[in-house]
Parts: sequence; C-alpha cells; structure tokens
Amino acid sequence: MARRVLLTGLSSHWGGKLAQALERDPEIEVIVGVSPQDPTCELERTEFVRVGTQHALLRRIVQAADIDTVVDTRLIVDSVAASPRATHENNVIGTMNILAACSGPDSPVRKVVFKSSAHYYGSEQDDPAFFTESMRRPHPPRTLLEKDVVEAEGAVASFAERNPELTVSILRFANGLGPTLHTSHSAWLSLPVVPAILGFDPRYQFIHEDDIVGVLEHATRHDLDGVYNVAADGVLVLSEIASLLGRPLAPVLPPWGTGLALAALARTGLKVPPEMHSQLRYGRAIDNRKLKAAGAPLRSTTRETVSAFAQHLRVAAVKRGASEPYQYEREVEEFLRYSPSVRRADKTARLQG
Amino acid sequence: MKSLPAASTDPRDYLPAIEPERQVTDWGRSERVEGLMDRTVYEFLYHYWFRCEVEGIENVPAEGGALLVSNHAGALPPDAAMITKAIKEEHPRPRPLHLTVEHFFKGYPGFSMLVSKIGGIPAHPANVHRLLHDEGQLVLVFPEGRKGTEKLYKDRYRLRRFGRGGFVEAAMRAEVPIQPVAVVGAEEAAPVFAQMTLLKRLTGLLYFPITPTFPHFGLLGMAGYLPAKFRIRFLEPIPTDQWGPEPWNDRGLIQNVADDVRARIQDELYDMLAHRKSVWM
Repeated sequence: MARRVLLTGLSSHWGGKLAQALERDPEIEVIVGVSPQDPTCELERTEFVRVGTQHALLRRIVQAADIDTVVDTRLIVDSVAASPRATHENNVIGTMNILAACSGPDSPVRKVVFKSSAHYYGSEQDDPAFFTESMRRPHPPRTLLEKDVVEAEGAVASFAERNPELTVSILRFANGLGPTLHTSHSAWLSLPVVPAILGFDPRYQFIHEDDIVGVLEHATRHDLDGVYNVAADGVLVLSEIASLLGRPLAPVLPPWGTGLALAALARTGLKVPPEMHSQLRYGRAIDNRKLKAAGAPLRSTTRETVSAFAQHLRVAAVKRGASEPYQYEREVEEFLRYSPSVRRADKTARLQG
Repeated sequence: MKSLPAASTDPRDYLPAIEPERQVTDWGRSERVEGLMDRTVYEFLYHYWFRCEVEGIENVPAEGGALLVSNHAGALPPDAAMITKAIKEEHPRPRPLHLTVEHFFKGYPGFSMLVSKIGGIPAHPANVHRLLHDEGQLVLVFPEGRKGTEKLYKDRYRLRRFGRGGFVEAAMRAEVPIQPVAVVGAEEAAPVFAQMTLLKRLTGLLYFPITPTFPHFGLLGMAGYLPAKFRIRFLEPIPTDQWGPEPWNDRGLIQNVADDVRARIQDELYDMLAHRKSVWM
C-alpha cells in the first residue's frame, strides 16, 4: 500500500534509521522527511524539508506530494531529552497538528503509523505481569511524560475513530537499547556498576534498536490496524541484566526516599527521569504476542539485546572518538543529488527519473 | 497491499521460546534461589519439622493447567511452601507451582525480590489467566486471602468467606479444573493470638500479629514455626467445562461453585481433624 511516505522527526534517531531502511525498498516511490532540525544520518533519496509541526504547512506538503502514508516517529519518550514544556509541545500539540494535516475529506492519506511508548502503561505496584493492548493503566499517569504519552495516544485513537476507513497503527514500544541509541537507560547501564534500589529487582524488557526500525518498517509496508505492543521476547530482572553486562549490581539507592537520593544523584550529572523511578522499583513487561501474530520481525530477544549492548560497551571505551559524526550540509547534499555533473549509478538514476 | 502470512489467532502459539541459558523465568522466578530454598529451608521443614503427610497426590494433573485452591492460615503461612514441596517430592511428574500473592509484596523492599524469585506472582486476573490458559501451569490460590492469615487461633480451621469467587471465574475462563486442597497443621504451626491494628498502621505491614515468636524475636520470629504435624490432602479436581459455554457470565453459578469448593475443603478439614490423634505427632 505504502508508496509515498511522509516521515516526521527525520532528525530523530528513528526517523533517520527508518528512512534509510525504506530507501532500500524500490516499491516505495517517495520518502519525504520533515523535521525542524537537520537529519543526523546519511540519506540517499529521502527529501528533507525543514519544517516543524505547523499543520497548514504540513498539509500543503501532504497534498502536493500526494502522500498516502504518514509515519510519526517524533514522540519524546525520555524526559531528560527535553524540557517538560518542549516535551508537551512536541508530544501533544505536535501530534494533534500532524493528525490535523492528515485529515480532511480530500486528504490523500490512507495510513497513519504512530510510534508510541510503553510509558502509556506506566509502572505500578498493582500492574499485571504482562500488559496486553486492551489493558489500561491501573492509576492515572504520575509523571508529565506519561501524561503526555496518554494524551497523544488519546488524540490518535479518536482520530482513528473519526476516520474508520484509514489504517491507524499505534505501536507501543518497550524501552529501546542498542549501541547507537542514547537513552537514560543506556546511560544507567553504562555505569561501572549497575545501581539498583535496595530490596528490589525489577523486571525489564528491552527491544533492540534494529528491531524498532524493523517493526516501524513492517508497519509502514503492511497494514497493522489498531494498537500493538512492541517488545522483544523474554523479560529479564535487573540482576540478570547486570550479570550479562559483567558489572556488579549495586543496591545503593534506599527503598524509602528514593526520589531524594536520585535528586542528589542528578546533581552529580547522572539525570534519572521520573518515569524511570517507578520502573527501577516495579519494572514493567508488555505482551508482544499480537505483534508476533501480525508477522512483525523481531530478531533479538531481550537477552540477546542486552548481550549485544554488553559487547558494545566493551569496545566503546577503545573506539571512543574514532568515527566522525555525520553532519548534514544542505548545499553538498543538493549538489550530490541534483547536479547534472554528478555521475550516478544506474539505480539512483532510475529512481531520479 | 502485501498480504500477511497466514497466521494463527491463538495467543498460545506466540509465547516466547525458552532460552536455556537463563536461570530466571519471564515471571522473575529464579531456579537458583528457589533451588537453594528448596534444598535448605523447605527440605528441613517438610521432612523433619512438619513431617508432612500427603494424600491424593494422584489427583494433581500431570500436565496442563490447574487451579489449586487451599485453606490458608497462620502468620507468614508455611502452607504454600509445603504444598509446593509436596508436589515436588511426591508427584510422579514434579511440576513447578505458582503462588498468587498480594500486590503488597511487590511494593515492599526485600519481599519484592524474594517472593517473585521463589515462585510468587501478583494476584492479578491477567497473570492467573496467562499461567493457567496460555502456559498450562499449576497455580495455587488462597481465596480466603488476608482474611485467612488475620484469623486468630481461636477460629482455627473455620474457613473464611471465599472472596467473591474470582478464582472460579479465573478457572472457568482458562478452561482448567479446580483442585481443592486441605491442609491441617498450619494453624498450630504459626498460631496468631492477637492482631495489633495500631502497630500494623505504624509499620506499614499487611498485618501485625502476636505469635509465640513475634514480635519479641524480631522479623525473623515471623518464620518461627512450632513443630506441628502437617497433613496435606489433594481432593478430586472439579472440571469447569461442565456448565456450557461462557459460564462466567452467570454470577450465581460462580458463587455456588465457590461455596461448593469451600464446603468440600471444610468437610475434609473436619474429617482430617477427627482422625488426628495429636497435633504434634
């Protein structure tokens, strides 16, 4: 179905990776990436437009490029990444704007893929051991980020209700982990010891960064209507993760007054987002069987994901600073793509034609 | 649109594969910790301290899910551990038993780690359903719940109300039999003489009992058991597929079945008590 794809958040980790993955598929004719920032990875044929989430502008792009599939990968799922205000602006207002750009009787959009987060479920004492898609969180959200995720998803769900002829996929991703992904959890697990709350051994599920891209790609190419949990097979406890990483588990955080201790820790530079506090205490796991039944590719289990991360950590100290990060230079990119002086390989020429 | 591969809709086909390198299950149950407890504490209690006597072990199904329902008593009750050990020791095909515990334990430091490592799972209907229906495991519930452990010594062997029949509904939905279990001995092993409501509030514990060893010997005194003789009887399983499709919509039926299970266990307890010559031998 998907032929002409619009990607939001091209500069985000997922946006870029997904664009690279979709570029390899010749059936996809057009990939337009929008983002207020420059892309952070090399792209061959993805068109980059520097635009935020202004719905009037987006709508013009959607109409002009006859976009049939919109993939929204912008959601901020780590509250350390941006200020609460910017997070809210991006997650809630941004989502509403993008949905507004897709709606309308003359809209060419047939499918919307929304990258959500398992933070939708939160992490509480009376949680089920495995959340399924039909479950709601037992208590209202406790942190701003969780509140934003719930609100954004609510907007997408009501959009799906108002447009029953559209395929709307909501993908609730578990915590991601991988060598190129920087999150609060990867920072936590990169410490020389793995800190834990005394007396707690939370259950964790991680999904490999490549699998995140794989699932997004699968949802772009196939029609997955509705809500899907996206997580790797297998649930590890934190002590198991520490032993896979080859690092000692240090139960240094007090079980009472954990918030204060973490606030003190933030002073030393290790910021732990509030939504991670409850995960370190109660853990969380989601049931991925609906996704597996839909044929989505999941190559790594949680254990394999953590092992791969451990391998990355072992060489990271040696490899530090070895490779230059990619920098987007608009003029160079445009020259390489459009100048008649550039000799292109057949494949690229055909795609240009 | 690309067509999706022909997929089955049974969620049981998509359970994660078992990774043999792992020693902890997805539920957080640890082979190592459980094995250690089993070889030391349970072994001693089962064989030497409580000298457990087991009847009707052949009633425990050798495969597939089953919901074990038992009476429950005493401060920090040893009955769950002894039923687990009985299946491990006496059953021709030993199987792990999953014990449903209150959500309280997940929030209390220390307990939170230990309880899940030795096979406790939070008593959430979704957890019970996944274990019984999808994974085909044995699950043990105490429908009396906290009302059983709060019970004083003077009320021994008088079963409390069996909740609201939630366990019956769980077994019906999972299409597994209900297996009543009667345990004699736990009431004398850990008698509760009084409950201190004020101290319970101050400590944030589930309950604050006065027993022969608690609180004057500290928290460890909770596990200070008297050497009462244990007798465990596994009764005939009650199939839950005898009431037609979707029997859980009939609240009256659920309540009747719950009362029936409760009556069976109660009768069995009276019978066992009548034949018991000594509490200790």
